[in-house]
Order: sequence, then structure tokens, then C-alpha cells
Amino acid sequence: MTDKEKLLEKYSAKVYKNRKEHIVQLEETCETQSIAANTRAIPGVMTARGCCYAGCKGVVVGPLKDVCVITHGPIGCGFYSWGTRRNKAKPDEHTDKNFVPYCFSTDMQEPDIVFGGEKKLEKAIDEAMEIFDPKCIMICSTCPIGLIGDDVQAVARRAEEKYGIKAIGYSCEGYKGVSQSGGHHIANNGIMRYVIGTGDEAPKTKFSVNILGEYNIGGDGWEEERILKRCGIEVLNLFTGDASFESLKSAHLAHLNLVMCHRSINYIAEMMKTKYGIDWLKVNFIGVGATCKTLREIAKYFDDPDLTDRVEAVIADELSLIAEDMEYYKSRLSGKTAGIFSGGSRSHHYQVLLKELGMETVIAGYEFAHRDDYEGRDIIPQIKEDADNKNIESIKVEPDEAFYHQTYSKEQIAQFKEMGVEIDSYGGMIPEMNAGDVVVDDYNHFETDALLDSKKPDIFLSGIKDKYSIQKAGVSSRQIHSYDYSGPYAGFNGAVNFGRDVTMALYTNAWSLVIPPWKHEPMLVGRIGGGY
Amino acid sequence: MMDLTPKEVKERSALRVNPCKTCQPVGAMFAALGVHGCMPHSHGSQGCCSYHRTVLSRHFKEPAVASSSSFTEGASVFGGRSNITTAAKNIFDIYNPDVIAVHTTCLSETIGDDLASYLMDIDVPQGKVMVHCNTPSYVGSHINGFYNMMMGFMNYLTKKSGTSNEKTAVFPGWVNPGDIRELKRIASLMNVDTTFFPDQSGVLDAPMTGKYVMYPEGGTTLDEIKGLGDCEGLIALGEIIGIEPAELLKKKWKVPYALLPMPIGVTYTDLYISELRKQSKTEVPGELEKERGRLVDLLLDSHQYTYQKKVAIFGDPDVVIGLTSLVLEMGMIPKYVITGTPKEEFTRKINALFDKYGVSDCVAKANKDLFELHQWIKNETVDIMIGSTYGKQIARAEDIPFIRAGFPVLDRYGHPLLPIVGYIGAIRLVEQITNALLDRFDRDVSDENFEIVL
Repeated sequence: MTDKEKLLEKYSAKVYKNRKEHIVQLEETCETQSIAANTRAIPGVMTARGCCYAGCKGVVVGPLKDVCVITHGPIGCGFYSWGTRRNKAKPDEHTDKNFVPYCFSTDMQEPDIVFGGEKKLEKAIDEAMEIFDPKCIMICSTCPIGLIGDDVQAVARRAEEKYGIKAIGYSCEGYKGVSQSGGHHIANNGIMRYVIGTGDEAPKTKFSVNILGEYNIGGDGWEEERILKRCGIEVLNLFTGDASFESLKSAHLAHLNLVMCHRSINYIAEMMKTKYGIDWLKVNFIGVGATCKTLREIAKYFDDPDLTDRVEAVIADELSLIAEDMEYYKSRLSGKTAGIFSGGSRSHHYQVLLKELGMETVIAGYEFAHRDDYEGRDIIPQIKEDADNKNIESIKVEPDEAFYHQTYSKEQIAQFKEMGVEIDSYGGMIPEMNAGDVVVDDYNHFETDALLDSKKPDIFLSGIKDKYSIQKAGVSSRQIHSYDYSGPYAGFNGAVNFGRDVTMALYTNAWSLVIPPWKHEPMLVGRIGGGY
Repeated sequence: MMDLTPKEVKERSALRVNPCKTCQPVGAMFAALGVHGCMPHSHGSQGCCSYHRTVLSRHFKEPAVASSSSFTEGASVFGGRSNITTAAKNIFDIYNPDVIAVHTTCLSETIGDDLASYLMDIDVPQGKVMVHCNTPSYVGSHINGFYNMMMGFMNYLTKKSGTSNEKTAVFPGWVNPGDIRELKRIASLMNVDTTFFPDQSGVLDAPMTGKYVMYPEGGTTLDEIKGLGDCEGLIALGEIIGIEPAELLKKKWKVPYALLPMPIGVTYTDLYISELRKQSKTEVPGELEKERGRLVDLLLDSHQYTYQKKVAIFGDPDVVIGLTSLVLEMGMIPKYVITGTPKEEFTRKINALFDKYGVSDCVAKANKDLFELHQWIKNETVDIMIGSTYGKQIARAEDIPFIRAGFPVLDRYGHPLLPIVGYIGAIRLVEQITNALLDRFDRDVSDENFEIVL
């Protein structure tokens, strides 16, 4: 029986029919294999997925440090997304106000549900203005808001008129879409529509970039910024880790967009390409080789001999600083196997780094990816929309009269692609994995448990909901969403941190203490008689 | 840190900033995890279930299993009947629990899903059960959710056989597994045969064996819950969290109850032991008296470092009431005492403690948030803070020693394994509080006044 068959064996006919499309055991083939993704989860299967609000407020909007993000709803949603995602931020020249450590909510009560919550929301905005005086307020809706018909966009417009600030209402009710992914899209739309393009702060250099889909978890974005700065590349914005509303306004003036988490933010990359002509480059700062490749592709894109030389010098220097550490961790980790279940990008990114450490990834899956994350962007025209996706608005943008500027012609872009520079494209995870490996979309608790049993990986990288059940099963487990409060894992220094943490997870002394000594020793100790 | 918090307090009636409470469903999920072989089920969007499992796992550093009805937009319009029906089949098929404990969310409450009727129509496998409770997130707090789930179980399962099972039921309230173990140990020393409900010990502190089991040994069994109506008496701990389920058991099956404060500190532990003594008609064993004696000895030994020290206490009502009683026993001044849970009974209880010990200029408020507490502290500071992890922001901003207690504690390991209840729990707290104050003294004192012996 294949691993896939073992996973499906326990399911009823209905669940089997659904799940078999979401699980792929890779075969020896040079073509990508298709997988079902971004469809609704089956009730009761213990999916790891969260909701639309989590994707909008928790992932994209929450990290904006100079924005007072008000959760409109009962207290829970705001509470759970308060300081729990590790999107690090510090005030900078664009903003002296850092709202990230705070939680704002309308804390709706029963009368607000019965009679409507708009009044309370407006009052909450008045109070926020009086106490905090933010330049921008964003309102994130929770489940009841859409049901009772509160118009958060109208409230936002009224707040703008009253206070002369920017206010944006997001209808990101938890039930929308099928996962966090819908919330990412809704947040992207709002930022594109109301924020990007409203500023005029020009880049200081001719090599300026935004890093899209970098949430600065554990300081990843800062490590990327450090490296790029050394190369002479100016980072205008991290989207949206350590980002500010003030700085995002001028994001459209960047020379190039780098895309880290393709899943959560490719909408903005695409829309900025259409509206402003800015090319986007799919990058990966996870892994030493991946980081070098990314830096070289950026240099190729800018096609400047001095920049290319600087990039090579930085790479050589950074490599010399970490070579010894990486060699050591590789010596401890070579031959080990891993499983990774993450949100929508890391399962792909981290395979590169694991490989550098001598490890093979045998199980990989995503919570909320779409088919293009598995199979590459070429598959997008073939993706059929269903009712759940259609409920998430897709906005159309037109070239901006004032700011549209194309750096390269279509022919030149095609030439770049031939050189292996991933401009405006993304290759997907499945083609890079090996025959026999198992890929799971919208993984659930049962499948995680069963795969541990059949594939027996040495370490499993997943989230907090799985972490302790995996560890209880005797398998080393680390959180790849929060890095178990460690990090950064990106860039050159991050690779060393990751190597250290995985080594620690596998070799910590407590593993040898799990079985008590008496389980291996006979209770009765005696001598064979007649010896005296 | 927290640079945007101004000293000047302005009245707010709509904007909650830095809450000191969360929503009902997580309380229901936590309570359900205290039942053996139970799959808690969240009838709403997936995000609720995911958030609740996450916060529980982060507090206990343990798996917190639960499933979701995975509402989509369609279900929100047409109702969640098919979602719960499908979920029930899948859960029994795949995860095979003894019981599914369903709680609602603000979504299913707002659309008015009738869980009682949905559940009646579900084809539950032989020998298995489903129970439910309503937990609208826009009413009360996680504390309401906790007792609502207890009542959900009791409404569905309890009965009276007519024969007493000669047991005393104990409702331990919202405490950690380490607390439940301590409460059980005391009951057992007092020779009282108990049913603890709910009981997360064994479930949310399951031992490492190298083998993962979804429903570890531990939790109140369904038979024990069924037998609650046959108990001789009930001790409900936590006057806020305990009153409604205690009243329910009394109304339903005429089980008399004693409603006691959470046994934190000397006086409240005395009350628990005195009640157990009434139930068992057994004298208090020397072992417990000696523990008490050691605690009181410690209070006297250390009083000079705690006397008149000002403390801010925040968190869930019953834990905060217990902690306030303990710090008063230590001679401290509970300057600010707040809960986010909107229960005015809390304020009355704390004010009664203020009166009992004759302290003045102290503030007790329910339905408050940590932002306002921070502002009060900016106006008049305290020597130490006690509460959940979120207090660490204030503690860092104002450079105040901080002791973690209550829920959630997200940044400490081993915390839920050890008790704060009973004399032993109080010894732990007194040590922590005194040491934190002594560490601060050692840190701040000038070289010439720095002493080896304190």
C-alpha cells in the first residue's frame, strides 16, 4: 500500500472522494502533478486552517506599525491576534508611533449585535482619535459584522471626512472564502486601492526594492535588509512586517518588487505590475544558496557592473563568515529526513535550506495554498473558480497615467527568463520534490499523525496546533510559523540559526530519557543456584 | 515599550484597548477538554477553533484537540445544520471520541442556529454522545463559556438513580492541571471520595511516553458526569465561575452545594478544608496542619519584605479574588484589582476584602482593560504586579517586578504543572512574590548597602 492509500484508507466514501484530490504521492515524472487546493475544508476533519479575518488582520494588516487597527466584533478575535505572530516592528523615520504591541477592539455586546454596531464603531474611532491620534485607522470585521449588516466602509469614509485621516474598512468576516487566503486577498485589495500610490517620497538610489510577502517574523526582514543594504540595494518597504502606512504610500516608486511569500501577496505584485509597470521577482532568502541566487538575480535585473561586483563581494564575505558553522550543522544533520506543513510558502522555501544541511524533505503541505503554489503560476489559467472564491473580490487596475513606467520590454523580460531570472513568474513546489514524497493540501490532524507513522521523518516543521502531538509521538518538532520564538531564519545568519535550532531539536539530551531504565531491565535479579 | 499609553485617563465607552478577557468559546473548549475521551467542537468559522486551540496549546505547551464546523458564506446564510451533521459523522469516523461537546460562536449565535434540534436529528453511533451549549462571544467572557459548557454536559447527561454514590462533587473552576492535582490530593487526605468536574489533569499535562494518544488517561469520565446527580454534596470553587453550575445541579437533582472562593492563600484554603471536613466528618490530618503551619511560618519569616508593598492584580475574577486574599495575608496593599470579565459581584467581593483588612485607597473594578490599568500605574505606581502574560508589557514599560498567574500564561514553561491553590500553592506564590521583591531590592540598592544576608 502506498503512503497515500494508507492515508485515505480510514475515510468514509465522501471524505475519501474529497481528500484523494488533495493528496499527491509524487511519481517519477518530469512533469508536475496536479493537486486540488483552495477549496473548502470538510467540517470535522480537524483542519489546521484559520479564517479570513486571520488572513486579513492577523497576517497582512496587523503588522502595519503606524496604523490603529480596530477589530470590529466581540472581544475574542482581537485578543487572539494580539502580539501572537512575531511580526517585529520598531518606529523609524516614517513613524514615531508603533501600534503593534496594542490590541484595539469594539468588544461588541449583545445590544450591539441586536441593534447594529456602527454607532459603537464610530464612537470607538472618536476615542482612538482623541487618545492616540493615528494618521490611519483600519477596521477589520469579524463574523457577526456582515451578518448584522454594519457598513464598515461607510464608517471609514465618515471618519476620513471628520478627521482628515486615512480610514479603511475591511469586510474580512471569518466565514468568507475557505481559509486565511481570502483575507490576504481582501487586505491586498485595500492596500492597493487606498494606500499605494498616494505618496511621493522618491527612492534615494537607483536600486530600490520592496520586499512583498515579508512579515518580519523573528526579524527575517531585518536580516534581508541588512544583506541588501550591504550590496547597495535600497529597501523601501517590507510588506507588511515592520511596514508603515506612511512608507507604503510611496511603494509604487520602487524600481523592483521582490516577492517572498507568493501566496499572501502576489495580488499586489501583479496589480503593481499592471498599474505601475514594476516588475516582480520571486525570491527566496531561506537558505544560503537561495539567498545567493536571489542576490545574483537582483543584480542581473539591475544590470549594473558595480552592483554586480558588490553583490559578489558581499556573497563571498558572508559565505566566509558562516561556512564553518554551516559545515558543522551539516555534519550533524546529514541524512536526516523532514516533513513540513506550513501556510502557503515556507514548505517550498525551507526545502532548499534543509537540503543544504544534508536533509531531505519527504512530506510537504500547505494550509491555504492555491494550485499555483504547488504547480507553478503557469497553471493559473486552468484553475476553475468556485462559489467560495468568487465571493472574494478581484479588483482590476489600469496603467497609471502619471506613474506607469516599464523598465524592460517584453522581449527583454523573456531574455531574463531564459537566463533563469524568475521575473513575474513562480515555479511551484511539486516539481522540486522527489518521487515517493507526499504532498498534502489542507492537511489535517489525522493525516499528520498517519504520515508520521508511515514516513517516519526525523523532524517535523509545523505549527503550534500540531507541535506537541508530534513531539508526544517521539518526533522532533519545531514551529515553522513562529520559529519557536527563535530566528531570524532568513539570509546568511538565519541559515545558521536554523541549523542550530534543528540540531538542538534532534539532539537535546532529554530524548534519551523518554523510556525509564527499568523498562529495559528485568525486575528480578538472581544468581544461578549451586554456584557456591 | 507601550509609548502610546498616556498618563491621563480619558473615559472610554466603545474602544477596548488591551483586553483582560477573551470570548466565551475558548472557555467552553477548555472545559470540554476536562472530560475524558471528548472532542470539543466549535460550531462556527474555522478561525475560532484555530485561535482557541492555539492559545490553549501556548498556555499548556500541550496538544489541544478540537474540531470545527468550518462555516463558509453559504452556511452563514442557510444555517449550519449540514455542517454539524457532516462534522459529527467525520469526527466519530476519524477521531472516535466518546463524546463530542459542541459550543457555538458569535457566528452561529447571530444567525440563530438551533443546535438542540440539529443534535437531535444526528445519527450518533451506539455508545457515543453529543452535548452542546450556547456560548455567544458577545456576552460575558471566557469565564461564562467555561461554566456554560459544564452546564451543557450536566443538562444532557446527569441523572438521579435514587441511590447516593456517596461522593462529593468538586467543581474546581478555571485552574491548571497542577492545581487540580493539589485539590485532589487535599481531598484525598481529608478522606473525601470526589468527582472533579471538569478535570484537565492528565489531559493537558499528559506525560511524555513516545506515543501520542489523542484522548490520554485523565478527564472526568462520562459515567462520573452522569453520576453528579447522585452525589452527596458539591463543593464549587470560585464564587463567580461556580455559582451557575452549582445552582443547576441543585435545581435539577437537589444536590446541596457549598460555594467557596478559589482556595488561594491561607484563609481560602482553610475554607476548602473545613468544607471537606464537614463532608467526610474526618478530622484534619496532621499532614495538612503541618503544611499550613509551614505556610504561616513562611508568611511571618518574610513579612518584612512584603508588608505594605503595593500590588496590582489582574485576570479572571476567581483567581484574582484568591490572589487578593493571599497578598492581604502577606500584609501587602492590593492597590489595583481588576478583571476584564463584566461581573459586578467581583467588585463587591474585592471591596469586602479591602474592608476586612482595613486597607484604603485601593481600586477594584470589573469590566476593565490592561490599558486603563497601565494608566493608573502611570499615575501612582505599584511595587509588583500579578497576572496573566499580557501584563509583561506594562511591567517592562514601568520597570515593575511581575509574577505570572492565571490565564493565559504564554511565556513560561512548567507553569501549569505546579499549583497556586492549597497551602503548597500559596508557599509557591509567597516564595515567588518575596523573591521578586528581594531581587528588585538587590538590583537597585547601592553597593555600600548591598547585603549578603536578607
